[in-house]
Amino acid sequence: MKTLAELQEIRNRALNQVNLRKEREDGIRIVVGMATCGIAAGARPVLNAFVKEIEKRNLQGVTVTQTGCIGMCRLEPIVEVYVPGQDKVTYVHMTEDKAARVVAEHIINNKPVAEFTIGEEVK
Amino acid sequence: MKELSLHILDIAKNSVKAKANLIEITVNEDIENNLLIIDINDDGCGMSEEFLKTVKDPFSTTRTTRKVGMGISLFEAAANQCGGELDISSKEGEGTKMHVTFTYDHIDRAPLGDMAGTVTTLVSGSPDIDFLYRHIINGKEFVMDTREVRRELDGVPLDTPEVVMWLDGYIREGIDEIR
Repeated sequence: MKTLAELQEIRNRALNQVNLRKEREDGIRIVVGMATCGIAAGARPVLNAFVKEIEKRNLQGVTVTQTGCIGMCRLEPIVEVYVPGQDKVTYVHMTEDKAARVVAEHIINNKPVAEFTIGEEVK
Repeated sequence: MKELSLHILDIAKNSVKAKANLIEITVNEDIENNLLIIDINDDGCGMSEEFLKTVKDPFSTTRTTRKVGMGISLFEAAANQCGGELDISSKEGEGTKMHVTFTYDHIDRAPLGDMAGTVTTLVSGSPDIDFLYRHIINGKEFVMDTREVRRELDGVPLDTPEVVMWLDGYIREGIDEIR
């Protein structure tokens, strides 16, 4: 059974990462569209899959945030990945499995998964 | 939407947009009286009487990117299709209250779905807002209050992945416990 007391261990571990704030500002951002259209298309499990992968792999300096409607509802769930110094990559029709691959290939190995990008989809 | 929990996520996002400091979500599974009741209350900016009158209309929205907003009308349809109702009251400067009822065993009632997923998505999306989540099943209650969580974390943000995963497990176990 999980208890509030466990949060103190999490806090201690997190505070040991002294550069927490700096990493947040300079790090990789994963942005998930979470308006009515995104939610209806399945954005919630996609977002949670990203958080789970990042936690499991203990990746530092990667944040997952949410945004509203990006304007291409038919392509939801849409995920944008911002790596500092590189062009934004937009992934469309995302799923939990695709999220795991994006973390492994793009976030960790810095090779965007071309087949999931908007460029491939609308070709 | 396949699950009521997805409607709750969508509607609570309106509260976030209304600059609420505290969003209270209550799911009451009153199975003995064949009722499912969902309340979403916030202390955000509220709505004018005029806007409140048209708020259930899908062609009424605060969105600036287009002229439709489906969130509330979809939730109302989900309630109406199983003998339930959706009520909204709001006061400018004080906040908004939404009360939605469903016939529990109605064949057209959508499943509640993954409430832990909805609450963690809300918290990680707005780590600076407080959420009070109550889940009641036949009078037994589970409560998650981010103000308590925040106190324990003492400065560590609520959207830290490890915290989000803890929260997901905490809510999941809490609901299982009262079911």
